[in-house]
Formats: sequence, C-alpha cells, structure tokens
Amino acid sequence: MPMLDVKNIHKSFETTEVLKGISFSMEKEETKVIIGTSGTGKSTLLRCLNQLDPPDEGEVWLDGEELTNPSIDINRIRQKIGFVFQDFNLFNHLTALRNVSIGLEKVKQLNKEKARERAMDELKRVGLEKQINQYPAQLSGGQKQRVGIARALAMDPDIILFDEPTSALDPELIGDVLDVMKSLYGKVAMLIVTHEMGFARNVADEIIFMEGGVIVEKGPPKQMFQSPTKQRTKEFLGRIATLYGAE
Amino acid sequence: MATSMFFEFLLDSLPKLLDGLQVTFLLTIVAILAGFLIGVTLALGRIYGNKIISGICIGFIEVIRGTPLLVQLFIIYFGLASIGLVFSPIQAALFGLSLNSSAYQAEYLRGSIQAIPSGQMVAARTLGMTKIQSIGTIVLPQALRISIPAWSNELIYLFKYTSIAYLIQVRELTAEGQIIASRNFRYVEIYLIIALIYLIFTFIISEIVDRAEKRFHVPGLGVPKRASWLRNT
Repeated sequence: MPMLDVKNIHKSFETTEVLKGISFSMEKEETKVIIGTSGTGKSTLLRCLNQLDPPDEGEVWLDGEELTNPSIDINRIRQKIGFVFQDFNLFNHLTALRNVSIGLEKVKQLNKEKARERAMDELKRVGLEKQINQYPAQLSGGQKQRVGIARALAMDPDIILFDEPTSALDPELIGDVLDVMKSLYGKVAMLIVTHEMGFARNVADEIIFMEGGVIVEKGPPKQMFQSPTKQRTKEFLGRIATLYGAE
Repeated sequence: MATSMFFEFLLDSLPKLLDGLQVTFLLTIVAILAGFLIGVTLALGRIYGNKIISGICIGFIEVIRGTPLLVQLFIIYFGLASIGLVFSPIQAALFGLSLNSSAYQAEYLRGSIQAIPSGQMVAARTLGMTKIQSIGTIVLPQALRISIPAWSNELIYLFKYTSIAYLIQVRELTAEGQIIASRNFRYVEIYLIIALIYLIFTFIISEIVDRAEKRFHVPGLGVPKRASWLRNT
C-alpha cells in the first residue's frame, strides 16, 4: 500500500473545473516534482491534499487513513503533512525560532523548553542558527523560506508539500533553498511544485506533468526530459528550456 | 489680586474635583476593559461567526454606533428603571459606557483582523492548529498590535466622554465642577480648570499608550511610530 494515495480528485471553483480527475501515489521518502504551466491546478492539487480546499470528488489516503472522509480529525492529519508556501507565510509577529516552535507547543503539546530545542535543531539544519531571534521582516527571502521549511520539518511530517517554494525569491537566493531541499532527499517524502527544471531533473524520483487539470504524463526525470511520449510534454519542456535556459 | 484669588479658588475646589476625577477614572478604566472584552467577542463573532452570530454582532454594533451615547445612558438609567430594572447612576454609566465602547473597539479590531493576510491563518491551519488556536495564537496577537493606535484614540475619547455621565447624576469630574460653579457662579475659572485636568491626563494617557506600542512593536508589523512630544525619536 502506498503512503499517499490520491484517487480521481476533482475540484471546481464556481463554474471552472480546475482539477479533472487526478490520480497518483507516493511511497515513503519518495520525491516527486509536479511541473506544468501556471493555472493548471498544481497549487490547487496541493491544497486539496491537506484539505485546505477539500476536493469535490475523489479520495486522498495517507498511511491508510482517508483524509477526504469528513469525520476524520483533519487537524491531527495535517501535522503529518508539511506545507511550504510560495510566499512563505511566516508568522509575522514571531521570531524565526518561535515560528518553528509554536506548532510544537500548540499542536504537539511539547513543553516550551523541548519545543525550543527542537526548533533550534531544525533551524541549524537549514543553516539559520544565527537568525533564530530575528523576525520575518528582518530576514531575506531565502532565509524566510528556509524558516518555512524548518517549521514544516519540526512537526516530523510524513510528507512535505512545496508550493513553488522558490518562485518569490531573487535568483541568487534560490540556490540556498534548493540545497536545503536536496539535503532532505530520502529523509522525508516531498511533493514539489516548481519551475526549477534543473532541480527536478537532479532530485526527483518522478516528474508529473500537469496541464488543464489533468496529469498528461509522468515518469522518471531521464525519460521525461529525454524522450517524453506526449506531444504536450515535449512542447512544454521546449518552452521551459527557452525560458530558463537549457540544462 | 486676581491671580492669588484664582489660586485660592483652585485650592478650595481641588479636593472635590479630585474626588470627581477618581470617578472619571473608574468609568474610563472599567469601560475600556469591559468594552475591550465585549469588543473582541463582537469582532470575532462578526468575522468568524455563522450568519446568525455574525448578524447579531453586526446589529448590536450598528445600533450602538448609530445612537448617541447620551440617549443610551438615558435609556439604561431612566428607561430601564421604568420597567423595574433600577441601576444606580454609577452602575448605569459603567454599563452604558462599556457597551458603547465595545461597539467602537469591535470595529477597530475588525479592521485590524481583516488586515492580517489570509496566509497567516492558512499557515497555522496547515500546522494542525484548530481554527480557535489559529485565531488566538496567530491572528489576534497581530491584530491587537496594529489596533493600538486606534485603541489609544478610543481610550482618549472615552476618558472625555465619561463627562456625559454627569447628565445621569454621576458625580464625576465635570459634575463636581458644575456643582462648584453653581454655588459661586465662577463658571469660566472652573471650566478652565476642568479642561486643564482633562488635557493633562489625556496627554499622559497618550504617552503611556505610545510606550506600550513601542514595547509591543514587532519589526514589519503595523505602521511606523509618530514622533513623541516628549522624546526625540
């Protein structure tokens, strides 16, 4: 049984159907990258997984529990699903350290001291031991995003969902964030929506290409980049190569 | 000597005025605190409540804001007495001022809550916090910080508006002044003294709130401070 099983997800906003039947699964500690043009429902898919936007149809299973079942305690499940946002969404009134420790205190019920220690460890892991007492407004974009990752990691999630984690960053800051993500490879499952093709190619176990609310094609990076079977995939990768430079 | 006569008059009046000032403070402090608690509840109910709760909160706020404070005090003091609910003047004033302030505080706070980016709530929920936890630990602490300037206005208004309680026989500062003046007809002097007392304490209150704002300031949250009169910052 896969760790995460997504079955035939549909989601509409008003009259627009954004997701038109998405199915895929993920194993423990696997890394998958979702690529595709903007507006194809990639972010919506991530938000459907942790029920921020509950899907209209279909099922999401994590560790043998059905998340789409309305009677499930979703707050308990969300601890197991980390989320890293494009625009960071750090808690603006809390220091970097408190940003990471607050979930441990309020959700995992750790005492202040333990939560603090754990938060310190996670911030060290992302290379921010010097910034623990700074507020989000005092951090660079790359530092903010690394706090965001540390915040997700601290909860010991089974999987972390990354929603375009580097899209809001200056080009010279992207590398730091991607390095942190690379260092997590094989330690926690990651489902990453990104336009960083170099990263996708080097790190992903599988690439999922989405367009128009459906999965057009998926496969290992080598196959997807070198010999995609679908015309749409070829076109997209060709466009991306001209946009971001071929690698 | 006009000046020495004035000071003699000031010294004679002062004990009574200070008695009145105490009542003014009592009204202000109780109304701002009770108004705060009710106001937070109203703001949260208005934003996060279901249609019924939200509707009740909006209705209450609009009725309070849409009617004069004096009329509200008259209704509580005279109106309710006529149906058997008798309050002492001070009770009626505390009750009326608290309710009145709560509506305004609710609206200030609502503005602040709505100014907090929705991503803050989303991020909190993503960690597994309940809606109530998210509001309590993430949204409200930020909203309260950015409400401090508006809240300090409310405190200063309230401090002065307590004088209206004089019209339902509460012996606060203005009432004491009125009583003194009606005995010796020195209206100009007494009202100047009273105005000065209000002015001094308004200034002190605004300085205290200013310091509180600095104390709770978080980089990147809220508006930059205005320069204080007392400090060159």
